[in-house]
Amino acid sequence: MALYIGKRVLYGFIAIWIISILSFIIIQLPPGDYVSSYIANLAAQGSSLDQAEAENLRIFYGLDKPWHIQYLKWASRIVTGDLGYSFEWEKPVMSVIQGRILTTVLLALFALVFTWLFAIPIGIYSAVHKYSIGDYLATFLGFLGLAIPDFLIALIAMWFGYSIFGWSVGGLFSPEFGTAPWSIAKFLDLMKHLWVPVIILGTAGMAAMIRVVRANLLDELSKPYVVTARAKGISEWKLIMKYPVRMALNPVISMSAYLLPYLISGSVIVSVVLSLPTLGPTLLKSLLSQDSYLAGGIIFLIGIFTILGTLISDLLLLWIDPRIKFEAR
Amino acid sequence: MSSESNIEKVDNINSEERVSVASQGQLIWWRFRKHKLAVFSAILLLLLYLTTLFAEFFATSDPLESEAFRGLIQPQPIHFFDEGKLSPHVCAMEGTRDPYTYKKTYKPNCDKKTPVEFFTKGYEYEWLGLIPMDRHLIGVPEGYLAEEHIFLLGTDIQGRDMWSRIWVASRLSLSIGLVGVTLTLIFGISLGGISGFYGGFIDTIIQRIIEIIRAVPTIPLWMALSAAMPFSWSIVQIYFSITLIISLFAWTDLARVVRGRFLSLREEDFVTAAVLSGANERRIIFRHVMPSLYSHIIAAVSLAIPLMIISETALSFLGLGLQAPAISWGTLLQGTQNVQSVALYKWLMIPAFPVVGSILLFNFLGDGLRDAADPYSD
Repeated sequence: MALYIGKRVLYGFIAIWIISILSFIIIQLPPGDYVSSYIANLAAQGSSLDQAEAENLRIFYGLDKPWHIQYLKWASRIVTGDLGYSFEWEKPVMSVIQGRILTTVLLALFALVFTWLFAIPIGIYSAVHKYSIGDYLATFLGFLGLAIPDFLIALIAMWFGYSIFGWSVGGLFSPEFGTAPWSIAKFLDLMKHLWVPVIILGTAGMAAMIRVVRANLLDELSKPYVVTARAKGISEWKLIMKYPVRMALNPVISMSAYLLPYLISGSVIVSVVLSLPTLGPTLLKSLLSQDSYLAGGIIFLIGIFTILGTLISDLLLLWIDPRIKFEAR
Repeated sequence: MSSESNIEKVDNINSEERVSVASQGQLIWWRFRKHKLAVFSAILLLLLYLTTLFAEFFATSDPLESEAFRGLIQPQPIHFFDEGKLSPHVCAMEGTRDPYTYKKTYKPNCDKKTPVEFFTKGYEYEWLGLIPMDRHLIGVPEGYLAEEHIFLLGTDIQGRDMWSRIWVASRLSLSIGLVGVTLTLIFGISLGGISGFYGGFIDTIIQRIIEIIRAVPTIPLWMALSAAMPFSWSIVQIYFSITLIISLFAWTDLARVVRGRFLSLREEDFVTAAVLSGANERRIIFRHVMPSLYSHIIAAVSLAIPLMIISETALSFLGLGLQAPAISWGTLLQGTQNVQSVALYKWLMIPAFPVVGSILLFNFLGDGLRDAADPYSD
């Protein structure tokens, strides 16, 4: 078991390493480097920098070195929590995105919980009442959820909110809490706003999860142990919840590992449409203005969250499904 | 009565015999035919792809022609009858400006009619970029002003006709799915096949790569990679880069399907028989294993295409995909990025319908194909 956990943690580190390389490539992709952007910035403000000074700056930042040395330098700074400097905001990247990290994580986590809360019961119902009207309805809604991209659902929600209820759906805080420091009142205010994007984000993953629960439970329902339990006279409800559902839930946990990156991906677009204060809109802005350290930093952070999430769901599966312990040996 | 049941019996025997001698392709086809929804979707999709060839023929005005004074006109319905007589026309839209808000609003004025003609001459275009033509399905006879035209689905903020734009946009949006899936197929089949056939160390490496790719959120990476494309690139360059970027992360599902099938087929008796009779690796892969994979691959492909279409739409919607002169459903939806336009100019959301529709059709088709792919299961 320790071996299994060790293996998983090792994979996690390898994945983080690969993501750091990807982020570094993204930082390097736009033409020009830190210093040429800096010079362009200075020129925009009316001052200038001569050739020798520019060269000195390049040496100071190590931009004259080959790329792998630059990568090592960048990576070693990342380990200390320094993600570089944002040209557009003229602040360190970390202080630009600090306030938005928590909202991003909360949005994805709540969307995952929402998906579980609705998809599992619907999936169980669909499997137990196979080919009933409810089953067909669930399948149809699932297809619709798969077919409508997140940002379209967000647009439709916005339109509904505006034209029917007169709300402007969007944002995560009431104006008075926007810049206020974190407090219980601010957190409650966040909860009041969070449910709309959570539902929007949750629908797409829900469709896939309903199908997984349904398919797995259908497989389990026809197994002999279910027939045996039924022959012994256990009530149908108790029987289903006690045996086959528990078996069918394992794939749900392992699927959540893949759902998390999907949710974080989706949250970027949904946040842009609903202008939520998460990392998404900042990422889009930084990409459009070629603020490469900010963009690379955000992508790196988003990558780390998902890998942590995947790791947690792996360990969760280990705890729930004891058979894995034996396989790992 | 008894003779009838005899005939039925004979029929049954015949059909049973037919099943037992049918080829795998026939079995798959019979299975697929039973999925009415999937067959229906397949036909509709074929028609849809066929219409993209004639997109300009369906368009009513030049999709790129912008006229500031006809911006944001609401959709105009065609009236087929005029005082009891068949004479298709649309009511002219008259714009008035609100003296306080300066917002221009259009009202149909049915005293001024613009006749609608079918198979009429309209703006000139080159069919498939080769043959100059000017025929259109619907149009307005010559001599009418630009704002007296026909706007079946309204106009966008720059006065471009939405109906025509949606038709022309379908060409890029739908084809990006096919082109992207071809790349995905190449990556998926080769890597999945290698992984499943050889197993062992190579398999472990490829599986780890797949796991890592699946653990990375794709949209931020797509966004970053497409934002890095130089502004000077042509539409064609951007188009192919976008498909490449999307398929770079999309091949993993297909690779998993192919690997799984390879792993199970490797243990089948007919493969062992082929090995024993001295067939070489290439012959085993392409002659014995691949044919029983085609159906699964086709099913996986039809489920991968809609993902491609969604991805392109999302990227273009954010302004990171296809750029201005190119039109896809995603770029058309860019006009709806704020509450104001969604609330006031509802018709700007219309491009969402072909997106959702085509994705639904592909999903129905893929579902039917996946069921039919394994004709021997129950």
